[in-house]
Amino acid sequence: MRARVLVKPKAGILDPQGQAVERALPALGFTGVSNVHVGRLIELDVQDAAQLPEMCERLLTNPLIEDYQIVDVV
Amino acid sequence: MKFGVIRFPGSCDEVDAQLACQRAGEAVILWHGDHDLQGVDAVVVPGGFSYGDYLRVGAIARFAPVMEEVAEFAREGGIVLGICNGFQVLCEARLLPGALLPNTSLRFVFRQVKVEVVNAETPFTRACTDGQRLSIPVKHTTGRFYAPEHDLDRLESDGQVLLRYAPGHNPNGSLRDIAGVCNEGRNVFGLMPHPEHAVDPLTGSTDGGKIFESIRAHVADGVPV
Repeated sequence: MRARVLVKPKAGILDPQGQAVERALPALGFTGVSNVHVGRLIELDVQDAAQLPEMCERLLTNPLIEDYQIVDVV
Repeated sequence: MKFGVIRFPGSCDEVDAQLACQRAGEAVILWHGDHDLQGVDAVVVPGGFSYGDYLRVGAIARFAPVMEEVAEFAREGGIVLGICNGFQVLCEARLLPGALLPNTSLRFVFRQVKVEVVNAETPFTRACTDGQRLSIPVKHTTGRFYAPEHDLDRLESDGQVLLRYAPGHNPNGSLRDIAGVCNEGRNVFGLMPHPEHAVDPLTGSTDGGKIFESIRAHVADGVPV
C-alpha cells in the first residue's frame, strides 16, 4: 500500500527556509501570507503500515527537530 | 597511540584528519562497511557528505556497520571526535545531544573563525586553557547547533559546551554561540570547525592541533574518563 508521511520543522525552531519563501511571495505581488514553513513529503509503498511510526521515529525524521504526520495510507 | 578515521562514501576530509592525527600519533583509515575498529585508541568521524547526506545530514551514515562499533566503543568510554559532518552523524546517532540545522543565512560559509575554549578539562581540550581563543576554519551549510532550551541550560551547567564562537564569529546562527559539545561522559565530542585544517602554519593557524594533542595526552595518561 502507498503511504505518505509529511515532515515539518518543529514549532518554535527557527525556519530560515520558510522565512525566505515568506519574504519572496510579496515580491511577486502576493500579500497576506504569513507563518510559512517548508517541510518534506515522503511517499512510500509499504507492506505493513503498522511499521510506519517506527520508521518515522528511527530514520525518516529526527524527532528532536521535526514533527511528522502520516497523512494517508491507501 | 593509534587514531582511526572513518571513511564513508562521501567523506572528503578523512585524509586531512588522518594527517592531523599523524602529527600526534599513528592513524589508520576505518572503512564504513566494516565491523572493525582495528584496536584504535580514538575514533575520528570526519567531515564530508556521508552517504550523500540524503534525507538529513548524517541520517543514513549513522546506520553504517562501523557506527555500531563506534557506539559500543563510546559506551565503553572510548574517545570519539566528530568534525563537521562527523558531528552531525554523532548527533543523529544520539551519541551527542542536539542537532545541526541549516545555517540561518541559508548559505555555505567558508571562513576562519575564532572559537573560545569554554571547558579545558576534557580529553579534547586539555592542551588548551579556559577562555583561550583558537583560530580554526569552518566550511558548512548545515551547522546551526540546536537543542531545546532546557537541554542547553543543562549542557552549559554540566560543562558539556567545550567551544563557543567568539563574539561576532558565529557563522551559522548556532544557539548560544555553541561551536562544540561533548556527551555527559566527556568521551564523545563534536564540533563544526575543522581542527584538522588548522595544523600547519602554511594554512594560517596551528591551533587545531591542540585538539589532537589533547587526545594524545589523554590516551597516554591512560586515565579513565
